[in-house]
Amino acid sequence: MTQLLFFGRLGDLAGGVERTMTLSQPHAIADIIGLLDASDRLLGSALGEPRVRYAINGAIVDADALVEDEDELAFLPPVSGG
Amino acid sequence: MRRTIRISTDPFDPEAEIAAFRHALQNAGGMVSFTGLVRPSGHDGAVSALSLQHYPGMTERGIDEMLDDVASRWPLEAALVIHRVGEMQPHEAIVLVVTASEHRRAAFEAADLLMDYLKSRALFWKSETGAQGKVWIEPREEDYADAARWDDR
Repeated sequence: MTQLLFFGRLGDLAGGVERTMTLSQPHAIADIIGLLDASDRLLGSALGEPRVRYAINGAIVDADALVEDEDELAFLPPVSGG
Repeated sequence: MRRTIRISTDPFDPEAEIAAFRHALQNAGGMVSFTGLVRPSGHDGAVSALSLQHYPGMTERGIDEMLDDVASRWPLEAALVIHRVGEMQPHEAIVLVVTASEHRRAAFEAADLLMDYLKSRALFWKSETGAQGKVWIEPREEDYADAARWDDR
């Protein structure tokens, strides 16, 4: 199972920070966003915004990076700390 | 450079942390500290609560890499970064950065860079709850500009 993490306002749209997904074969992040978009357009379009970054297993990657089952995929909207 | 990074939901006492940091120093000639507080008024009037989220593991790793960068720029004896996450109330301390060096300039600049990084680049997500409900906060343009000051230096 792939663990999906939605941070910041993306978590509000996804209905929680964590979600799991089963991938029978590796998928590019852009494809996963497409799958999510098919069931939730609001979430899908928010995930595809240019300012959202992606991380697989804690490393920042591009939207064409492949996600395998057992990976952790995080969606990182603009940050704000301090 | 000795370093401590702590991210916790527990409230902390900035004065006690600064005192403990000072007592551990060996050679430093000065130290600089910055304490960030939860503002009582936010983007949307009075704030009843502020909430911070982080990405456990990745957030700490990012701060650790920033401390590598800081250590390569200035001769510091020690640096401390404490950041609250979870729910917090107005006037509570949310962040503490302390740096110590032989001469003052290095400590001032290192603390300045660390705060710029924490405000707009570290993996934290901040939301305020006020009269209009919950609002996710993004850095101001000044915060991005502040962080960019260090990019070519």
